Amino acid sequence: MIRIFKSEWRKLRRPTLFLGTMAAVIGLTGLISSLLFLLLDSERGNGREGMMITRETLALPNGLYVGFANSAGLLGVIALCVFAAQTAIEYTNGTLRNLLVREPRRLLLLAGKYLAMVSFALVTVCFSAVVSISISASLANFKGVSTEQWYTSAALSLFGSTFGNVFLSVISYGTVGMTLGLLLRSPISSISIALAWILVIENILSATVNGISKWMPGQLMSAIPVQFGVDFSYSWALAGTAIYLVIFSITAATLFKRRDVVN
Amino acid sequence: MLNSQNAAISVLDLTKRYGERNAVDHISFEVPRGTICGFVGPNGAGKTTTIRMLLGLVKPTTGVGTVLGEPLTHPERFLGKVGALIEGPAFYPALSGRENLKVLATLGDFPHDRVDQLLDQVGLLDRATSKFKTYSLGMKQRLGIAAALLPSPELLILDEPTNGLDPAGIQEVRELLGHLAGYGLTVLVSSHLLSEIEAIADDLVMLRDGKVLFSGQTKALLAAQQPTVIASTTNQRDLARLIEIATNTGHQAQIVNESVHIVADATFATSFNRAAFEAGIILSSLVTALPTLEETFFELTSDN
Repeated sequence: MIRIFKSEWRKLRRPTLFLGTMAAVIGLTGLISSLLFLLLDSERGNGREGMMITRETLALPNGLYVGFANSAGLLGVIALCVFAAQTAIEYTNGTLRNLLVREPRRLLLLAGKYLAMVSFALVTVCFSAVVSISISASLANFKGVSTEQWYTSAALSLFGSTFGNVFLSVISYGTVGMTLGLLLRSPISSISIALAWILVIENILSATVNGISKWMPGQLMSAIPVQFGVDFSYSWALAGTAIYLVIFSITAATLFKRRDVVN
Repeated sequence: MLNSQNAAISVLDLTKRYGERNAVDHISFEVPRGTICGFVGPNGAGKTTTIRMLLGLVKPTTGVGTVLGEPLTHPERFLGKVGALIEGPAFYPALSGRENLKVLATLGDFPHDRVDQLLDQVGLLDRATSKFKTYSLGMKQRLGIAAALLPSPELLILDEPTNGLDPAGIQEVRELLGHLAGYGLTVLVSSHLLSEIEAIADDLVMLRDGKVLFSGQTKALLAAQQPTVIASTTNQRDLARLIEIATNTGHQAQIVNESVHIVADATFATSFNRAAFEAGIILSSLVTALPTLEETFFELTSDN
């Protein structure tokens, strides 16, 4: 397992992928966290979908992590793209046959590859947390947000749960990406179909069909770190996501185990 | 059939069915250990599908087999001792040649020292840090051969290894394979360059439409073919007379490239020379030749 993990990281650490992804993470997290403070008094809102997050809310113990939690959706989309591309590209490049000749135990190969991508996602979440917290801490005084409750033990424990929720949401998106990559064997198809479903179709359905959002995988995954504008609870989001993850994981494992490698 | 312990590869009744079509149709053959075995057949004959079944990439519909004494159903038991280049080299375009090999060396738990040794062996050490996408076709092919050699294999399976190589590169591959076979390595090599296969292969498996046409020693196949006596004369008008002399003695003959080709063994050459002389024809050359593998291949695979 360790050698599969290390082998996968040789691909994940290539500069165009690693630096490109981290630049995107830093840029998007920086933008979301900066706008959260810079647009504090804006009538158009400073949060997701025009939501107004007040000074008082930001002054709460979890205020330091609001920007980080708000970045989870975009981090998830990035993870979805990376997982889907890293999986499907083995088919389009024809490199899967090389991997399977060197490691024919297919489920072990898939598990090692998945763990490597999960660790990559963990790095992106860490980068995002550092950038978001740094920006929040530096802009708080500038915008007159009280930071008294930010550096308490209660705030520290909230960081653990926020980080865990963001990470869980991100790897859920990634698992969807990997499954679609295996199913469609094309990075472009898998990414475009996943994004079209999560960003467009689910949002349209949720806005037009009452009560449907609590059954939509994208809505459930994005609701784990941020409970904004949803009509279901955190535990529902967690349970729903877990069920979808089991379904996607079984699908991915079955496809990878049983399908002939002909390209 | 050989004892499967004496055969590097042994398959029996192997079939792969896609829908209504058998890509590989109940084939049985063996490759003895320590030999170079040519794997030939027209496009679509089932060579690559067979190779994929040997490597555990495609599951056979029916049939059994062993590779290095281990069953095909457990590829994890033998693939650590097998090197393979399948249907052209496939690598990560954005990684360097060295990094591509390290991905596979890490995965297979092979020493990383071998990476540079192999890059040197295939003449790519000076381009080791260049991205794979910048390589020429010949360089990509050589990297594929280096990857196949990573595990210090007991069995090497190469699918069209000389594709894209220039004549010097083809010669290098031929020498490399001969060198490896000298160390007891078994090589199964598919190629459409039959002259290459004829030059290097001790054994041969010939496929057509998913079926085995021939499996055995190359020299046995060629020896079983009818030899040809080739006669040339300085006067082209005598060629028709030579054909007449040959057919009068019950041999088939035809004019090919301003020579007369007579299907007959070497002993016929003496009597034919005498008969031509008595007819007042002076032969400028008279040789006996066995059909090449290419000619034999077309003979066996042609519809006629």
